[in-house]
Amino acid sequence: MSRGTWLVGRLLQIIPTLLLIGVVVFVLVHLLPGDIVTSMLGDHATKQAVANLRRSLGLDRTLAEQFVLFVRNALRGSFGDSLAHGIPVARLIAQRLPVTAMLTAMAVVIAVVLAVPLAFVAALRAERAPDIAIRVAFQVGLSSPIFYVGLVLLSVFAAWLRWFPVGGYGSGFLDHIYHLILPAFALALSLSAILMRNLRAAILGVIRAEYVDFARAKGIAARLVLFRHVLRNALIATVTLLGLSIGSLLGGAVVTETVFAVPGVGRLMVDSIFARDYPVIEALTLILAVVVSITFLATDILQMVLDPRIGR
Amino acid sequence: MRRLPVSLLVGGTLLLVFVACALVPGWFAPYNPDAFNYTALLARPSGAHLFGTDQFGRDILSRTIWAAAVDLQIAIFAVIFPLLIGSVIGLFVGWYEGWLDIVFGRLVDLVVTFPFLVIVIAIVAILGPGLVNMYIAIATVGWVFYARLMRGEVLVQKHADYVAAARGLGYSTPRILFRHILPNAIRPVLVYSVTDMALEILLGSSLGYLGLGAQPPTAEWGVLIADGKNFFTQAPWTSLFPGIAIVLAGLAFSLTGDGLASLFELRR
Amino acid sequence: MNELLRVEQLGVVFHAARGRVYAVDGVDLAIAPGEVLGLVGESGSGKSVTLRAIARLLHEEAHITGRVLWQGRDLLTLPARALEQVRGAGIGTIFQEPMAALNPVLSIGLQIDESLRAHTGLDAAGRRARARELLDLVGIADAASRLRQYPHEFSGGMRQRAMIAIALAANPKLLLADEPTTALDVTIQDQILRLLLRLVSELSMAMLLVTHDLGVVASTCDRVAVMYAGRLCETGPTAQVLHAPRHAYTDALLRALPGEGAARARLQPIPGMPPRIDHPSPGCPFAPRCTHAEPRCDRERPAMQDVAPGRASACFAQDRLGVAA
Ligand SMILES: Nc1ncnc2c1ncn2[C@@H]1O[C@H](COP(=O)(O)OP(=O)(O)O)[C@@H](O)[C@H]1O
Ligand code: SF4
Ligand SMILES: [Mg+2]
Repeated sequence: MSRGTWLVGRLLQIIPTLLLIGVVVFVLVHLLPGDIVTSMLGDHATKQAVANLRRSLGLDRTLAEQFVLFVRNALRGSFGDSLAHGIPVARLIAQRLPVTAMLTAMAVVIAVVLAVPLAFVAALRAERAPDIAIRVAFQVGLSSPIFYVGLVLLSVFAAWLRWFPVGGYGSGFLDHIYHLILPAFALALSLSAILMRNLRAAILGVIRAEYVDFARAKGIAARLVLFRHVLRNALIATVTLLGLSIGSLLGGAVVTETVFAVPGVGRLMVDSIFARDYPVIEALTLILAVVVSITFLATDILQMVLDPRIGR
Repeated sequence: MRRLPVSLLVGGTLLLVFVACALVPGWFAPYNPDAFNYTALLARPSGAHLFGTDQFGRDILSRTIWAAAVDLQIAIFAVIFPLLIGSVIGLFVGWYEGWLDIVFGRLVDLVVTFPFLVIVIAIVAILGPGLVNMYIAIATVGWVFYARLMRGEVLVQKHADYVAAARGLGYSTPRILFRHILPNAIRPVLVYSVTDMALEILLGSSLGYLGLGAQPPTAEWGVLIADGKNFFTQAPWTSLFPGIAIVLAGLAFSLTGDGLASLFELRR
Repeated sequence: MNELLRVEQLGVVFHAARGRVYAVDGVDLAIAPGEVLGLVGESGSGKSVTLRAIARLLHEEAHITGRVLWQGRDLLTLPARALEQVRGAGIGTIFQEPMAALNPVLSIGLQIDESLRAHTGLDAAGRRARARELLDLVGIADAASRLRQYPHEFSGGMRQRAMIAIALAANPKLLLADEPTTALDVTIQDQILRLLLRLVSELSMAMLLVTHDLGVVASTCDRVAVMYAGRLCETGPTAQVLHAPRHAYTDALLRALPGEGAARARLQPIPGMPPRIDHPSPGCPFAPRCTHAEPRCDRERPAMQDVAPGRASACFAQDRLGVAA
């Protein structure tokens, strides 16, 4: 099999996945809740109002018809109007999505920047004081819920030291970054713990590999051995882990954005739940799942680039 | 006799402390957790109130101790249903393979594309906030991870000699599955469930904090922190100590899980 | 004697979690330019550890004593930078498992280029030409396209050839070869061995060839050193050692061979328990299995003694052997 075929196969795989995501979200919203309309309008709505809403939501059609309608609308990016905000759900989400994207991107950068050097130190000093200290610190990080880390960061760095704003998003690119630093740190902590644990193990696995000894035997510089032979190979596995972590990152963003009052899709999700804004919940669940599956796809492709054994 | 891993000793000891608090909170808590005390509102930590008091003068230490019961309950109920459902399904998937395995594989691929917290929140949103609905939401998705683990173990175990022997004796498939394979395959699943309890405590307290899990006045650590967060700048102890309890409980479970894994030499 | 490499009283102790492992103890070796020295012994006798200790490739749990003299300098105490210059350029190394020794995610071309870049002043074009030349030299056809390929795209024999090409890139004067054919198909073993011998003579290299095949030793090595339980038993010119051993262990090995002149003469197991190197005996480690053992063999350690010009043996029975046969 050539790598091209592999790539095409992998690209095609996403179609059934997306379709299945659609089915799940459809089932979730259309079957589980009993009657959305009553919960949207309340128990005291008139028969007429109920009938109208049912028709406008397409609920008077058969399930199959509803599903086709749902898929067609989803493909067009039309999810109806938000009940709470009165504007199209698509526009609402389009406003909020970049905020969350920026937050998660910053969290990934912070997590990697923290994890890689620490994993290196821990692996090269395995089972000695620095390693044990780093591992204990990260166990604690892993056991700290994001909302709590966020509150502690807020009270120390925003309320007390006043280095950072207590929340919000600011205006202008640099101001956005400034506002998102604390939330990104809170979000990055557990990811960075997971990355570092994984990378430490990967480095320890690679550092004794025969090909590393062979590289040393060639007399190339120690720095090259470390970066080209040890770190590069160890990172391949970690890149996958990073890609697989996108789901928990987005879940974490929900909490982070709530704690720091960041106007992203996570915050929107929680607000919509309390406002029973079902069209928004439905669209967000769908979109976040699509984001995850596209990230998985990108991860697989990146891994193919990094690891020549894949797809040959 | 192998030496007990340090992580197991530390984690197990912590765990015992939490279990004791959960079982007999009255022995440890100095005050009634719900008793108002208007002479000590938002009192800072002192000899009388080691962890301080909240805006109603309730003793934070006592509330944190009483909340242990709720959070340990979360750890147990958020894990037991996925564990039971997932193990049984995993047994069958691993045993029969074939199309069952293909369907299961697609299902796993699908489930992992939904951010766990997001899907749990979405389900809770539809069912309504509260602990029971949270358990339902977690079980709806969480069983898949246990099934995947169990499936992998069964794939290994089913080629073992004792299985061939049991087949040779003409035992029924359910008997082979539940009496012979299950006891041999369950260990990694159980060890994982201990680690999972740490994650579920974090998840449960996060939902409690967001107002989607345990509902006030139930004293749950996440709820306590949410209660205290409005006073966080003037009275940080209101949220600080319940948070430390979460971290320690998370550590207790994850260290115990790690320790058991290295004791049984399971690959992680 | 004109020496390229001289190993004096080499000792390697592993500090493992379960205790100490005395893997190599008091080994003396010397290799002349252009000479092929065979290092034989049963599995676990310390051959690989000796070879890796020479190039200082062991990891931190290995505590090394003694001296490894290369052009008058002790490699064991050489600063890291200077050591890097000896590795590759002075001493090339090839390992047993080509699949494990080649980095799976780097192209063969890059893995050769690394050596050239470190040890030659060639520019990019020069290095590319030299890399092609090296593949030709080790018998890999279609060099230009092979350089772009990755290890998993090579067959077992081709991988071993590629590893040899990498090791030879910087024209080392000594090649350390750790069982270079053991991992290969029987049909390919001879090809690789012949290739190595041809290269050794064409490039006038010396080689330390680790093997546990006495047939290989007989047909390829100028001199041979026999190891047991981390210690050297005897050394000497191959023909002399194999025809008239002066150590009871060598003698037992030869007697255990299936028949005269067998093409493949893998070491056969000798009756009895293999030695414990975690608790070395104060006497001769072979004593429990030795048919020539005398009482002092359990208590006293036989010292290496010259038994003939260019021959040495560490056995109390060195003069009694062959008499009974
Ligand atoms: N890193 C290590 N830690 C502990 N013991 C080791 C290590 N490497 C090798 N040994 C032990 O040293 C002894 C010699 O090994 P080796 O040199 O590989 O034997 P061989 O002659 O088969 O090449 C063996 O008993 C082996 O188990
Ligand atoms: S020294 Fe003694 S025990 Fe050792 S090989 Fe010679 S005769 Fe045998
Ligand atoms: Mg060896």
